[in-house]
Amino acid sequence: MIKVIVGRLLQLIPVLGIILTLTFFMSKVVPGGPFSAERQATPEVIAKLNAYYGLDRPLWEQYLTYLGNVVRFNFGPSYTYQSESVNEVIARAFPISLQIGTLAFCIALIIGVTAGVVAAANKNKLWDYFPMSLSMLGICLPTFVLGPILALVFGLVLKLAPVSGWYGLNYVPFHPMIMPAVTLGLFYAAYIARLTRGGMLDILSQDFIRTARAKGVPDHEILLKHALRGGLLPVVAFLGPAFAGLISGSFVVEKVFNVPGLGQEFIKSVFNRDYPLILGTVAFFGTLIVLFNLVSDIVQALLDPKSRK
Amino acid sequence: MATGTASIEPAPIRADELVQGTSLWKDAWFRLRKNHVALFGLYTFCTIALLCLVVPFFTGYTYEQTEISLKASAPMEPIFLRTEARKAGEPKKSFIALSNLEDEFLEKSQSDRKAIVAKIAEGEVYQEGRNTYQRSSQRHVFGTDPLGRDLLTRVLVGGRISLAVGFAATLVSVCIGVLWGATAGFAGGKIDTVMMRFADILYALPFTVIVILLMVMFGRNFILLFVAIGAVEWLNMARIVRGQIISLKNQEFIEAAISLGLPSHRILFRHLIPNVIGSIIIYATLTVPNVMLLEAVLSFLGLGVQPPLSSWGVLIDEGSRTMETSIWLLVCPAIFFSLTLFCLNFLGDGLRDALDPKASKD
Repeated sequence: MIKVIVGRLLQLIPVLGIILTLTFFMSKVVPGGPFSAERQATPEVIAKLNAYYGLDRPLWEQYLTYLGNVVRFNFGPSYTYQSESVNEVIARAFPISLQIGTLAFCIALIIGVTAGVVAAANKNKLWDYFPMSLSMLGICLPTFVLGPILALVFGLVLKLAPVSGWYGLNYVPFHPMIMPAVTLGLFYAAYIARLTRGGMLDILSQDFIRTARAKGVPDHEILLKHALRGGLLPVVAFLGPAFAGLISGSFVVEKVFNVPGLGQEFIKSVFNRDYPLILGTVAFFGTLIVLFNLVSDIVQALLDPKSRK
Repeated sequence: MATGTASIEPAPIRADELVQGTSLWKDAWFRLRKNHVALFGLYTFCTIALLCLVVPFFTGYTYEQTEISLKASAPMEPIFLRTEARKAGEPKKSFIALSNLEDEFLEKSQSDRKAIVAKIAEGEVYQEGRNTYQRSSQRHVFGTDPLGRDLLTRVLVGGRISLAVGFAATLVSVCIGVLWGATAGFAGGKIDTVMMRFADILYALPFTVIVILLMVMFGRNFILLFVAIGAVEWLNMARIVRGQIISLKNQEFIEAAISLGLPSHRILFRHLIPNVIGSIIIYATLTVPNVMLLEAVLSFLGLGVQPPLSSWGVLIDEGSRTMETSIWLLVCPAIFFSLTLFCLNFLGDGLRDALDPKASKD
């Protein structure tokens, strides 16, 4: 097991290398530069800025210098935030997205798995259609619609929380983190509910469940002890990238609630052609993807004894 | 061995003892027909698709025809015709909604305005300077958008785009995702590692940058939409299928298939993939709404549908911005969108049950 994990972690190096290389050249091919939007700057100033950041040198030289810096965990200065390095921007924005994402993940998991299990236990009955329809709400109302509606209801009508902004962790009683987290969580809950229901039904029609029934194992025990393990397999496969995506921030939700998270920083960096910040956030996201796909693969192996061989 | 068993004569088989086998599809259709909710989903979905195809020809408006003076009028709001007499040529005709009629007489006092509007609303022809006001027979079932375009036509025409994009891109992502995930899971080892890390790399690449790059290289092309969406949407499908294949491939029936000497592709397509079809269908029905919403994001970035053409995602996005003043601009496309998703999901659940090879054949 440890050998497998170490092996997978070592794969991170080539994976990140390819991601960084592709992103580096892609972002350079995209027209426009980091300073082209500043109209007041004269060509001399832009030339000076380009020279200062080394953007006037040949592409391969920039690339090698960049890789050299990355190996030393130095992702360079941000062009947009001139007093901050990329590392500092990520260190500032990521904890916010992490908190919202983790809460959203818990909400999605609790709602999704409960709805899926209840639905699978009552296949094609009222208690199948009801939770499944309810869980569809998160997809039917896209985040850019659900977000403003929640803000309207909880912020302006019930006056429970400020409509937007970020207040750290010490704001009680109704923390403003809840609204973006619920918006995000409901979307993922819909996925989890449907995948759980399907996975559970796949397992419930298998022979070992019939054996358990014949032995007189009570229904709830069959459901939660025997079927849930295997039924969650497709969910867990989905959750790896989903969790990485959640904690690295959703641009739409952060925009709607005006939260200064990583998702917003990333989109801004793309539009500002802030090359070091683009590369830094992409490398960060790539690391999260590889890490949580590894976690998801391990959990799949733990849940399913048949896949270990 | 052959000589040892030769003495046992097989009993002659009588024709009426043979059970007629039914194909997987025939069987599935038979089971689907008994699932009323799934059938309801199927019929409603077909109705929506048919509406989108046919009705725009009969609404009397086109999706791009603007009527600026009408502004955003509510569904079924009475509409009035203003005829402005001109010294030369044809009189100028324009349409005004009831809610905006009062603004026409701003120089008059509040009570006068109310009285005039009430008179016109009752069907009287009212003359004011060179303008004549009268009731018109025009109706906009879903109202109009801020440019005075008929919302019903726009929603239905947008539905064509959304449904086409939703299905084509989902089909692409299902094909790639299933093949990729099944191959990786079944092959295992180094092939699996390389294939899945490749998927990780694609997952981590910045989507916005790719989209901008595609636009720069190929211009605004509708087909690029499918390429861009197809490139990202198959990754989760591949992960889900791979996980299930790994769990299945160590089971006895696959060992039996291997020991019978079946070629790998036959094991994969005939024995492994049919067993994961449940997860495939469920994730495919989840991909459709995702693709439709992604299309709205792409349209916002400039790839995808361009105005005046629209799609459900774009209409919902636009509607959510005018939520406080004209809620119908959000509600009408959202109802079509949601109804389609509900139908697809019930249909997907029904198909999952019908195509499940493990379910008892009753």
